[in-house]
Amino acid sequence: MTIEPSERVEAVPPSGIRRFFELAEQQDDIISLGVGEPDFSAPWSAREAAIASLEQGKTSYTANRGKLELREAIAEHVDRRYDLAYEPEEEVLVTTGVSEALDLALRAIVDPDDTVAVAQPSYVSYEPGVIFAGGEPLSVPTRRDDKFTLTPEVLAEHGAADADVLVMNYPNNPTGATMTREELAAVATFAREHDLVVLSDEVYSELSYEHEHTSIASLPGMRERTIVFNGFSKAYAMTGLRLGYALGPPRVIRAMNRIHQYTMLSAPTTPQYAAIEALKRCDDDVAEMRNQYNRRRRVVLSRFEEMGVDCFPASGAFYAFPESPWDDSEAFAEALLEEEGVAVVPGTAFGEAGEDHLRVSYATGLGDLKEALARFETFLS
Amino acid sequence: MDSRDELLELLRENARYSTAELARMADMDEDAVEETIADLEATGALRGYQAVVDWNGLDRERVRATVELNVTLDRETSYGDIADRIAKFPEVTTLRLMSGDYDFLMEVEGDSMSEVSWFISEKVAPIPEITQTVTHYVMESYKESGIEFGDSEEDDRLSISP
Repeated sequence: MTIEPSERVEAVPPSGIRRFFELAEQQDDIISLGVGEPDFSAPWSAREAAIASLEQGKTSYTANRGKLELREAIAEHVDRRYDLAYEPEEEVLVTTGVSEALDLALRAIVDPDDTVAVAQPSYVSYEPGVIFAGGEPLSVPTRRDDKFTLTPEVLAEHGAADADVLVMNYPNNPTGATMTREELAAVATFAREHDLVVLSDEVYSELSYEHEHTSIASLPGMRERTIVFNGFSKAYAMTGLRLGYALGPPRVIRAMNRIHQYTMLSAPTTPQYAAIEALKRCDDDVAEMRNQYNRRRRVVLSRFEEMGVDCFPASGAFYAFPESPWDDSEAFAEALLEEEGVAVVPGTAFGEAGEDHLRVSYATGLGDLKEALARFETFLS
Repeated sequence: MDSRDELLELLRENARYSTAELARMADMDEDAVEETIADLEATGALRGYQAVVDWNGLDRERVRATVELNVTLDRETSYGDIADRIAKFPEVTTLRLMSGDYDFLMEVEGDSMSEVSWFISEKVAPIPEITQTVTHYVMESYKESGIEFGDSEEDDRLSISP
């Protein structure tokens, strides 16, 4: 006999980024601007705290929802940074990365045939996550003219008024777009008027360069209808430690925890020690990384301007999202890789709304970044 | 952070950044960069630009020592007076007044241990106000001016990730 994958899984195509990854792996000596994670290592004091916990033999499970000390540190942190008030006992769930938290949330709240609107272009997991949870994804493409922010107009235009859930991610991967408090307020009004639950992935919240990050959950009437996702991967350069968290009203966190306790039991223990230290004592490390990214961002944006490549002024995360110089962004990215050994990711990997664009990550040392941009320029001429 | 502090931070990170690069990273005009640096130099805030050298990789020997100095003061002689005298020697790379068990901490550099020893015993120790010297030779340098001397870590990230 052969084992047949389920229809649900077969309905989801493999990640579009995968093919490009395989192409890049075949070539030696490339400079990659295709990396979706920091080039820094986690702050040493956080790594040291993890090491110390291992030396002390802290290798058992934690509470399902994560160590209480960590949940308290998270609550204190989001209150201080984003004016969000969450109860550590009831309203915080520590997960194996934001990815797990999003999956839990979708499975906890989506009923069969519920519609989940997803702002596009987006991180690759959202729509598959909706399908795995049995929901119907609805793409809401944001526009270059709106600097890739989400607006009530595009929500209405694409039928999100009839959706049940809205997934959004600002600062955004792949565009590097951020949203101001006023822009978020307009989306919040739309969500309240049309009774949408908002899943807000704010994992890049510490990397906002033009204005302070605002969480949509901090706006009036939004706390009760929002689940906030955040984690340690981007701000503290801990992608491989796989630690994130969800914040929400007690009932939904309880529902998410029910899945989590049966499927994951608890998030990994060692990273939780690193995370406590990160939240308590690593503000300066985060500020330093943010400064470095910001300098590189200015370099990338001004170099594209010099080259005559149209690139909207990305203001968050560590991505620029220029228009592809050729109509076919995949063909352009492939040729750039083959001829100049520079890897960027075609926008189509992030949904149809990413067509004609390229995701250029500046999570790469300044030397390599400058060299890659010089090669990009050579390739254009 | 204002643009002056941003420039200082960038120059402390790498004093060889060109004006154009500084302007790009700090989001300033090139003229403004030049002007700010000129001001900082004129006021004496920016005192110099130096390379951080790991002599281990080169065939030339460099010997360095830190030396604790104790001094006696009198009505006519202050710490500053003594420091001026010591700091004039080109062998002295750093001189600081310290709190604690001794008065000055002096760093000295030379081509050989005998040269450095000779300098301390013949030039520094005889200064009348100096009552005691304790010399520590540097055996190995792991980090200088914020730069680690170990091998740089490989970038082992996946070349493409979402």
